[in-house]
Amino acid sequence: MSTTTEATIQELAAQKYKYGFTTDILMEEFPKGLSADIVRLISAKKSEPEWLLEWRLKAYEAWLKMEEPEWARIHHPPIDYDALYYYAAPAKAVPKSLDEVDPELLKTYEKLGIPLNERAALAGVAVDAVFDSVSVATTFRDTLAKAGVIFCSISEAVKEHPELVRKYIGSVVPAGDNYFAALNSAVFSDGSFVFIPKGVKCPMELSTYFRINARNTGQFERTLIIAEEGASVSYLEGCTAPMRDENQLHAAVVELVALDDAKIKYSTVQNWYPGDSEGKGGIYNFVTKRGACRGKNSKISWTQVETGSAITWKYPSCILQGEGSVGEFYSVAVTNHFQQADTGTKMIHIGKNTSSTIISKGISAGKSNNTYRGLVKIMPGASGARNFTQCDSLLIGDQCGAHTVPYIENRNSSAKVEHEATTSKIAEDQLFYCRSRGLSEEDAVSLIVNGFCKDVLKELPMEFAVEAQKLLAVSLEGSVG
Amino acid sequence: MVALPTRKLEAWRYTDLRPLSAISFAAPPAVSATPELPDLPFPRFVFLNGALNAALSTGFAHAKPFAPVEGQGTQPMALINADYAQDGINIEIPAGQNAGELLLVSAASGAAPFAFHPRHRVKLGQGATFTLIELDQGEGIYWQNAVFEVEVAEGAKFQHFRLQEESVEAFNTTTIHADIAGDASYEHFTLTLGSKISRTEIEANLLGQNALAHLNAAQLLGGVQHGDFTTIIRHKAPNCPSRQTVKSVLAGRARGVFQGKIEVDQIAQKTDGYQMSQALLLSPDAEMDIKPELQIFADDVKCSHGATIGALDEEQVFYLRSRGIPEADARQILIRAFLEEALEPVTHDASKTLFEEVLQSWWSKQ
Amino acid sequence: MLEIKNLHARIGDAEILKGVTLTIPDGEIHAIMGPNGAGKSTLSYVLSGRDGYEVTEGEVLFNGENILEMEPEDRAAAGMLLAFQYPVELPGVGNANFLRTSLNAIRRKRGEEELDAVAFLKLARAAVKQLAMKEDFLKRNVNVGFSGGEKKRNEMLQMAILKPHLAILDETDSGLDIDALKIVAEGVNTLRDEKFSALVITHYQRLLDHIVPDVVHVLAGGKIVRSGPASLALELEASGYAGLEAA
Repeated sequence: MSTTTEATIQELAAQKYKYGFTTDILMEEFPKGLSADIVRLISAKKSEPEWLLEWRLKAYEAWLKMEEPEWARIHHPPIDYDALYYYAAPAKAVPKSLDEVDPELLKTYEKLGIPLNERAALAGVAVDAVFDSVSVATTFRDTLAKAGVIFCSISEAVKEHPELVRKYIGSVVPAGDNYFAALNSAVFSDGSFVFIPKGVKCPMELSTYFRINARNTGQFERTLIIAEEGASVSYLEGCTAPMRDENQLHAAVVELVALDDAKIKYSTVQNWYPGDSEGKGGIYNFVTKRGACRGKNSKISWTQVETGSAITWKYPSCILQGEGSVGEFYSVAVTNHFQQADTGTKMIHIGKNTSSTIISKGISAGKSNNTYRGLVKIMPGASGARNFTQCDSLLIGDQCGAHTVPYIENRNSSAKVEHEATTSKIAEDQLFYCRSRGLSEEDAVSLIVNGFCKDVLKELPMEFAVEAQKLLAVSLEGSVG
Repeated sequence: MVALPTRKLEAWRYTDLRPLSAISFAAPPAVSATPELPDLPFPRFVFLNGALNAALSTGFAHAKPFAPVEGQGTQPMALINADYAQDGINIEIPAGQNAGELLLVSAASGAAPFAFHPRHRVKLGQGATFTLIELDQGEGIYWQNAVFEVEVAEGAKFQHFRLQEESVEAFNTTTIHADIAGDASYEHFTLTLGSKISRTEIEANLLGQNALAHLNAAQLLGGVQHGDFTTIIRHKAPNCPSRQTVKSVLAGRARGVFQGKIEVDQIAQKTDGYQMSQALLLSPDAEMDIKPELQIFADDVKCSHGATIGALDEEQVFYLRSRGIPEADARQILIRAFLEEALEPVTHDASKTLFEEVLQSWWSKQ
Repeated sequence: MLEIKNLHARIGDAEILKGVTLTIPDGEIHAIMGPNGAGKSTLSYVLSGRDGYEVTEGEVLFNGENILEMEPEDRAAAGMLLAFQYPVELPGVGNANFLRTSLNAIRRKRGEEELDAVAFLKLARAAVKQLAMKEDFLKRNVNVGFSGGEKKRNEMLQMAILKPHLAILDETDSGLDIDALKIVAEGVNTLRDEKFSALVITHYQRLLDHIVPDVVHVLAGGKIVRSGPASLALELEASGYAGLEAA
């Protein structure tokens, strides 16, 4: 690569994280550190019912006895859980309508390209915006209510639909499921709640934008989506955070429940601040996402484009319990500079004739490490189960690592499991061919990487797919040469 | 004794040694019976209950007396072996020599449970070639915990074929550590039919350019047998190919395990690693667990693995039926074909014939 | 004689064949042409008894016998042979072994004497020679590592040895160069006599230059929309299928 392009790329790389600004807004924060009292305080702040406080305290007790998992291929200095704030919210009272939302906040979301003003909103997409720990605005609520769809913050759901929350919360990811899930269960502050009643096809895409703003704050949102018999919904989430030199912890939990013939499509474009090119700062993204296909012929589909975070630790999974249920996992994970990603999925086949598809594309550049870790488990009762897995890794440069760790366990002789994995680099002749047709080296890489990820990107809803393609290009800037 | 590994160790997550640890093993008894030896015209070493039997063995020009343990390795089973090892072959092939074949027979029998820990050493000088054919057999309850230390110098070629036909009440754990220099090759094939629980664990280090490792295996298991084939291939130099084909056929309540890790160091550009594991489950209660793993730190590499587990391909069954072959026959033909393919990596004629006969007799018993 | 009467078939919820009726008397070769998605391959699979296709109405008689209830191997024994569009690979199964097993299974069912290895090899070698194939064809694994053309030749070899009364060629010409195409045609043409009939399914007319059909049928939207002499194929080549679907 020529020196001029090199220089341009350096420039681009320096300015690449365009969501790195902070918002100056008066915040209400609880004292640092975690204790049973902090858990009580969070619960009291949200006027929660007694059962939920009990549930949180049990999770906290469980968490105290657990240790941070060590099996993933990630390294970080020990996290001082007592140095974190567990609750941060804009100081003003929760707005009742969009008109009451703090103008500074509205500006923040405008800058992020997410207009909360309904008239200006993306056509047909309802948005729930979560700022640090709380939901600040949910759009299109009335339109959705007419269809019988509940889309609100989980705090509101606790107040207004306690029976639904109580029935389903922790039913897919139990409070003590793992270290980070237990932590989340104890201190989760907000998140989204979606309920699609029997037979309803959600009339628009639902989406949540998560934003971490406050310093030294952990963000612990919790999302719960329930699709009753024959219902369907497509849900998108996007994530950004300011550029800060310290690492910030994000430990979310997402639970999906699909009953008979229900379909849930969950798409993520994760662009938390990844740290700078020296590996300083960035989000620790330790997330538990799991969906239960409880009903027959139900379907849960996870699509993720993971470009951000200093460390990503997440395994969106499907428990395929209902007969004929279907699980899908489509993933693109890009790591550059010093980023670390350990991500994949679990497909647990319990019911008869269940099927799952896993397509994972990992791209490593810079000095990063990118690991696919996945489990396909066929239980003895899962006659006729099928799995197909394809994991491909692409390496850019010789300072990075690409790893594949699949676990395949089959206990049913009528099941069929197929797994393929490849590792390769961008071929010189591909690059040369593109460049001889007039593309810059950067554009050529971007083009080839997009081609490499095509099978996953095509699963994203249209608006997100375009965004994701741009994000891939930005994430890999400065990676060739 | 060093503690036996438990399933809490990642490398042992699929193999539970509790049935082994539940037994207290005595020292091996003396044996008088003569084992059945294959009709192969090669020099041989015969070990009875882990001790070399001079009367049944022939001479071999490049054999040295058993030497005390040197490298202990890090695998738990090798550490246990190091504490107890008392006998084993010690072969050193001088540079440039074609040493032909050697037969290594281990036969075991005894009334009460006993254990033995052979420690074998095979060292090939530059450009040497050598083929080792190993047969493990026995009766009753015993535990053979063998270790092979293998060194293959530049340009040398070592072929290692193993037929593990231990008693189905026995335990066989075999740990192989192989250092392979530039332009050298280590070709390995294990056919496992015996043992209640068996595990072959190979660690192969490709240390110089164009070093080659072929670590292949086939397991035919039935009843409540458990067979584990675990490998790590470390590409520590550029331009090294590695190949693996592992096939399992599982009947009854048998459980098969294959864990295959390929590690590519940053220096190991132009690595070409390929691994395929296939398992055929013949009964509803059989189980197969596969963990193929890639750990890659170099960018200009070609590494891939594939794995399939399942019953027979219905598309193939239909094709045979559409040509007039009854369904039951069609299934038999396909299983036979799967087994025969498993022997493809065996490039040594005498060994292949031996394996084919064994396969035939296993098949006729099913 | 093959008689297909008002055949309806579906895959899952989708009805693919919506009342196909046609008769192929002994000694005749009929071609079925039609656009993609017309149901051509479905017809061939229903005729040969593959799983996953549900016949909802109609019947298929082969020499007066209803074959829809028969297992695939019994249809083969009755004298039907489907040449696959995508012949299946059988790793580890030798071609000669496969052919002999097939031939003897069929002979056994017909109450004929089985062929021993020597007699079979003689027969097979002659067939290989006639089809201008290399001798090692018999030693290789069935279709494994075969080029597209070799796979189709292998289907013709099976035809030459199993000598069906009715051959169904499912787009056997797809992906073939002109030489391979001629081999396929020759494979069929050498079997042509007053007892042999064939159903040639194809998208293009070019195969029919070499296997001249007695009748050409056009399948569109799951039905036969037109039938005519061999010249119909040429007409279709010139005008395309668009006009016919509406007819």
